[in-house]
Amino acid sequence: MTVADVLLLALGAVAVGSGALVVTSAHVVRSGLYLVISLGAVAGLYLVLGAELVAWVQILVYVGAVVVLLLFAVMLTHAPIGASQDLDRPAWPALIVGGGVGLGLAVLFADAFHWTLYDLPEPGNTARMGAEIFGQWVLPFEVLSILLLAALVGAIVLSRIDIGARTDDEPVAGESN
Amino acid sequence: MHAVIPYVTAALLFGLGVYGVLRRRNAVLVLMAVELMLNAVNLIFVTADASVRAALVGVQSEAWAYPNGAPGHSGGVFALFAIVLAAAEVGVGLAIVLQYYRMRRAVHIDEVALHHEGAGQVSQ
Repeated sequence: MTVADVLLLALGAVAVGSGALVVTSAHVVRSGLYLVISLGAVAGLYLVLGAELVAWVQILVYVGAVVVLLLFAVMLTHAPIGASQDLDRPAWPALIVGGGVGLGLAVLFADAFHWTLYDLPEPGNTARMGAEIFGQWVLPFEVLSILLLAALVGAIVLSRIDIGARTDDEPVAGESN
Repeated sequence: MHAVIPYVTAALLFGLGVYGVLRRRNAVLVLMAVELMLNAVNLIFVTADASVRAALVGVQSEAWAYPNGAPGHSGGVFALFAIVLAAAEVGVGLAIVLQYYRMRRAVHIDEVALHHEGAGQVSQ
């Protein structure tokens, strides 16, 4: 057990524990806040594993943008403030499928990697990673930017009433899609 | 480091995400569980990047397969791509959820009618 192992175990326990609270909490807002803790712990795991850029992007994009967006949605859909009992469906199918997937994958990984010791990669790889993105993976990068633009336009079209859903008796407008 | 620790963590997070997607009724909570699953996948990308690179130290890489220099950090790059995809997914998903809430005043996904219901479904 090295220092890195202790850090990985602690951060992994925090991530899994708060992840369990995300999917079991009866408060919608608390669920979102536990999601922040889980994502932060995963960012810490990235830092230990030597992927600094991914860790900070995780903090920026996930904790800074995605969770805020989710909390906005919680507020805009008038979620109940206190504990609510109608958040869940029956537990057994979810428990069987989710537990089967999680434990099955865990056993698979444990069997594949055993207790093998790997060297930690050297930290501070942002420059190499930039070279990798703009050398090896330029085309996926550009495709991804087009996808982001498409998602942006799609979200705007979906959330505007006047160009969104139309009733059947109304003539089809040219710019409705 | 022992690579099995983050791998098992990622597997458990993915299982929790699957459980949450199947268990929750509130659409926003389902999206949160999807985020957990995407995070598990990102964690596997980063861990595989670190452990495979550590296992391949001293191995000569094939020059024809990597025209832009030696390989490395592709797992991190793919994790970045998956984070961007997750941001796009949550944007469009929340737009759909909010539009549905505006129509029905509810976000319970097991009450969504998948068949066509005819006129009168848009109430504003």
